[in-house]
Amino acid sequence: MSEGLVTVSYIASTILFILSLGGLSHPETSRRGNHYGIAGMAIAILATLLGPKVTSIVPVIITMLIGGGVGMTAAKRVQMTQMPELVALMHSLVGLAAVLIGYTSYLDNSIEFYDVEKTIHEVEIYIGILIGAVTFSGSVVAFGKLSGRISGKPLLLPARHLLNLAGSLAVIWCCSLFINVASPGAGMLFLFVMTLISLAFGVHMVMAIGGADMPVVVSMLNSYSGWAASATGFMLSNDLLIVVGALVGSSGAILSYIMCRAMNRNFLSVIAGGFGTAGGTVVAPGDAQQGEVQPIDADETADLLRNAGKVIFVPGYGMAVAQAQHTVCEITKLLRGKGVAVHFAIHPVAGRMPGHMNVLLAEARVPYDIVAEMDEINEDFPKTDVAMVIGANDIVNPGAQDDPNSPIAGMPVLEVWKAKTSIVMKRSMASGYAGVDNPLFYKDNNRMLFGDAKKMLDQVLTALRAG
Amino acid sequence: MRIGVPKETYAGEKRVATTPEVAAKLIKLGYTVALEQGAGAAADLADDAYRAVGVEILAEASALWSSSDIVLKVRGPSHEAPDEVALLPEGGRLISFLWPAQNPTLMERLAGRRATVLAMDSVPRISRAQKADALSSMANIAGYRAIIEAAQNFGRFFTGQITAAGRVPPAKVFVIGAGVAGLAAIGAANGLGAIVRATDTRPEVGDQIKSLGAEFVPVEYQEEGTGVGGYAKVMSEGFQRAQLAMIAKQCAEADVVVTTALIPGKPAPRLITAEMVRSMQPGSVIVDLAAEQGGNCELTVPGQVVERHGVRIVGYTDLPSRMARQSSQLYATNLLRLIEELTPGKDGTMVVNMDDELVRGATVVHEGAITWPPPPPRLAAAPTGAPSAVAPPPVAPAPVAPAPVLSASLRSLLVLASGALGLIWLGSVAPPAFMAHLMVFALACFVGYMVIWNVTPALHTPLMSVTNAISSIIAIGAILQISSPGVLLTLLGGAALILTTVNMVGGFWVTQRMLGMFRRSE
Repeated sequence: MSEGLVTVSYIASTILFILSLGGLSHPETSRRGNHYGIAGMAIAILATLLGPKVTSIVPVIITMLIGGGVGMTAAKRVQMTQMPELVALMHSLVGLAAVLIGYTSYLDNSIEFYDVEKTIHEVEIYIGILIGAVTFSGSVVAFGKLSGRISGKPLLLPARHLLNLAGSLAVIWCCSLFINVASPGAGMLFLFVMTLISLAFGVHMVMAIGGADMPVVVSMLNSYSGWAASATGFMLSNDLLIVVGALVGSSGAILSYIMCRAMNRNFLSVIAGGFGTAGGTVVAPGDAQQGEVQPIDADETADLLRNAGKVIFVPGYGMAVAQAQHTVCEITKLLRGKGVAVHFAIHPVAGRMPGHMNVLLAEARVPYDIVAEMDEINEDFPKTDVAMVIGANDIVNPGAQDDPNSPIAGMPVLEVWKAKTSIVMKRSMASGYAGVDNPLFYKDNNRMLFGDAKKMLDQVLTALRAG
Repeated sequence: MRIGVPKETYAGEKRVATTPEVAAKLIKLGYTVALEQGAGAAADLADDAYRAVGVEILAEASALWSSSDIVLKVRGPSHEAPDEVALLPEGGRLISFLWPAQNPTLMERLAGRRATVLAMDSVPRISRAQKADALSSMANIAGYRAIIEAAQNFGRFFTGQITAAGRVPPAKVFVIGAGVAGLAAIGAANGLGAIVRATDTRPEVGDQIKSLGAEFVPVEYQEEGTGVGGYAKVMSEGFQRAQLAMIAKQCAEADVVVTTALIPGKPAPRLITAEMVRSMQPGSVIVDLAAEQGGNCELTVPGQVVERHGVRIVGYTDLPSRMARQSSQLYATNLLRLIEELTPGKDGTMVVNMDDELVRGATVVHEGAITWPPPPPRLAAAPTGAPSAVAPPPVAPAPVAPAPVLSASLRSLLVLASGALGLIWLGSVAPPAFMAHLMVFALACFVGYMVIWNVTPALHTPLMSVTNAISSIIAIGAILQISSPGVLLTLLGGAALILTTVNMVGGFWVTQRMLGMFRRSE
């Protein structure tokens, strides 16, 4: 295959990748979109393998078979509730691969560069490794936090902003030394130092971010893995990598932006970390005389649901933790069978990654056309008889709208309190991730259903079946 | 302890203080329950139904009173023939409506019997006590029934119709006072298809009125009308004049007027004068829910329906009793909730804890000492003193941010300028090959930006996993490097290739799995 043919194949696969992302605009076309992606990848790899630059095909095939086997097993086994962890872990692989490719590229002397080209090439390598390393260590920590291996609480070192600043300066300084270095051996040293700093930076950055901000972090790392691929493309003068990396990078960046907007926070403040603990108003826990919560039991809940005309479920991370999505789906089927209009309201940052709740509900076979986004459904709450909140807290906090001193003031929230009755399922009266008390619990039309979400919903289901 | 429920002795009173359903729950709380024979008959509740849940039926009222530790009633005990106060055992306990302000003699006599009495009308207006708020339950029924009585006395449809026999205009209903009864009346009238307008001195109830489908007619005068505990208060003279003018105008247009204006402890305000009644169309109806406190209408005769100037004025004082089954059920449940509060151990032992705000407020006589009126409630309504009105939350002001040093537009201009300068510098030094790549990069960023905004939020997780799979395109770099000379490079490239393939295959596979789950409802 000639160089020209390879380029043509690359163009084809670029277009396929764009179509692949375009396909995700609707669930109907999304499966086709994924197939486009697979096709694009296959074409790109085949063209490269058959192209003039590759001489050893067999080792490539063997390594790909090994990697593919591992990837397939992981993909088959993973639970839908573990998706955030899996995605974080996979980001770390891309990051690590970018680091390795960067080093290989530096050690590879088969192509000679001169003058400016040499400098640019070296800077490309440097940046590629930098982004790769940050992505890698950041993703590993994110994986740890999401899977519960590391505490979800933000770890706040005393002088963390100074540390980050010092790290960035050191990285820039290393870069200038690295470019002007005489021997490759010394260059390796600087690359190494920079890699260590970047790894530490990645760890530190994600450690400082609280559990509720995880959707932002995961999408940000997604973006980084794209930029890493793009940097690798510059390094290898490969347009396909540049294009695909840019697509992925901008996708992740937009997701991060959407997530930040959904929390009414700016990107920098999320990255700076420490939600609910940083300065400003200290929330007095259990603000005296808040009022009385009104508990409800499973039978009464079932009665309310059965007699309702319109019900909206608001799932949150608690539903994922309790694995309650299947029971929710059973209840949904039963209610819909009785002629009750059932909808789901999804807040953009519900769960631990963008779209987390949608995937869980889809897994439980809840049809996607009754699952609505916050903006679509918020005005329906006044017409709703029962709004049932399953393991969510901050995203239904009226304080965000009417208490300017609340740490989450201005964050868009689902207005469940406008429904005739709202029911909040909760394990206890503990506050949410933001550490903010929720006035919703004390509203006159709110009832609390205490207990494990799965267990209580099972009881509700039994009561519904009996009634 | 033993709970006794006697038959109501007040003439025409059909309600009963407990129902079989509630009696079963009282027994579950550890009490034994006894009922006077036929106590529920007027509310269509047969003795057998009580017996079935384990209630003892006693034929004699005196036996019932003397054997009970706690007596539950609807109306307060009568102190003429039959003298129920005398029947109450020394140191006995009684829970019923009592109206301590209007019945000082009764209070004295109860105190004389060293009784402990909880008045259902004195349950404080705090949110915790709502479940025991019998006044609201009864007002709800009265409001509904008021519209039914109005319909009974009104010679036309409530709903507008266009029939082959001509057009029927909808009835116009005007409700004065949007408390619980007023709101119930609005709901009922609206349900019958009438055009409903309502007014109240408390401006914050406007939203509640609108939420029930009625038009809110405010009084055009600046004064805040909410008193302690969410009740209305006496208004200034100027306000009253403006109010009367507005009511006069509305009455002249309305077919049905329902008045529910009450101020606690005061005679009902006179809102409808004889002059206003004269201005109404013949055949119109006024239902005066304040008849017992003297009436909002000058011409009301308590307990009767009278016709004045062609307008029927309904002055019934027993509207809840006219729906005895419904009101008995709600009243019994209110009593049950109060008794639950009084039975912390759920062991059939009643504890009157005077430190509890709810119990303190309701208790008007405690072991022979008159404890009414209670200290004023600490809160108007929980939480944060906001009225229970479901008012639309005010738009939160933007969170206070430190004032930026530069204005936003200037800042973005600076960013743009420095970006442009950087690019110009890059263009002057970088080789053309690099600039070509940069152009591809910039274009790809824009394409990505355009494409990603179209992705539906529901598919954000699949988007992440598919972009993640696609980002393993750097496998191509690794494939090229495996062919590089030297074992070390091949090994490094191989390791990178394994990592990316794991990611590639895993990413596409799991995306396919997820997307396969998104399905439409059949």
